[in-house]
Amino acid sequence: MLTAEDKNLIHQFWEKVSGHQEDFGSEVLERMFMTYPQTKTYFPHFNLQHGSDQIRSHGKKVLNALGNAVKSLDNLSQALSELSNLHAYNLRVDPSHFALQLLGQCFHVVLASHLGKDYSPEVHAAFDKFLSAVAATLAEKYR
Amino acid sequence: MVHWSAEEKQLIATVWGKVNVEECGAEALARLLIVYPWTQRFFASFGNLSSPTAIVGNPKVRAHGKKVLTSFGEAVKNLDNIKSTYAKLSELHCEKLHVDPENFRLLGDILIIVLASHFGRDFTPACQFAWQKLVGVVAHALARKYH
Repeated sequence: MLTAEDKNLIHQFWEKVSGHQEDFGSEVLERMFMTYPQTKTYFPHFNLQHGSDQIRSHGKKVLNALGNAVKSLDNLSQALSELSNLHAYNLRVDPSHFALQLLGQCFHVVLASHLGKDYSPEVHAAFDKFLSAVAATLAEKYR
Repeated sequence: MVHWSAEEKQLIATVWGKVNVEECGAEALARLLIVYPWTQRFFASFGNLSSPTAIVGNPKVRAHGKKVLTSFGEAVKNLDNIKSTYAKLSELHCEKLHVDPENFRLLGDILIIVLASHFGRDFTPACQFAWQKLVGVVAHALARKYH
């Protein structure tokens, strides 16, 4: 459950991501594809080489979507409703060991490596709760 | 037996060479207890774990974190023999400590994040790959003797 303090931290910290959606987003995806090769199975249509336009643009898209979620922490279900439909009916990314958890780990790594000490345990925890809530919302309509 | 490429071994050794075991160990354990508070169930005797500040400052957490990461160093030194390196610890975690092996995975992921925060850009995707592989192998070895 996101506390008021968690929400504050998330909003505060998201300021540091703004302006870097494409860079951070593509790094997250790259790390995910390299660390968890099974996630590549969802992107057979992509050029997955380092720095590819598709990775950059998709990374930006993912981070922008997260940014929208950050603006709607009190109503993730509604904010993510369309994405939730997309993941359930169209993309059908495996929800059990949700590739989203793997994406989440890579997010933490990117943020930690860019923010260093600023990525305090409290920020890490708040963000982890946020990502779990996003993943749960995206998986809501699977069955 | 796990196969490690020369590059993976190099990446693991290079990062490990720069790790302050006491600091990183303490930080990793503290983060585990903060980010996944249910893991505090194993540390009832550690005293004050009531807030992130309390956890980070708790001397037992620091000491135990150092112990855990020191033991992790054994894996780094014995990459070709991780299974037998952790056989006894695996039995201990099952029979005496009663720790759900899922927790090994959680701690492994947290350790990666701690390394990333300490090494910044130097913790490249290739580094992350090698280290995620390592923490996965260690977690697996620790779960191996469960019955």
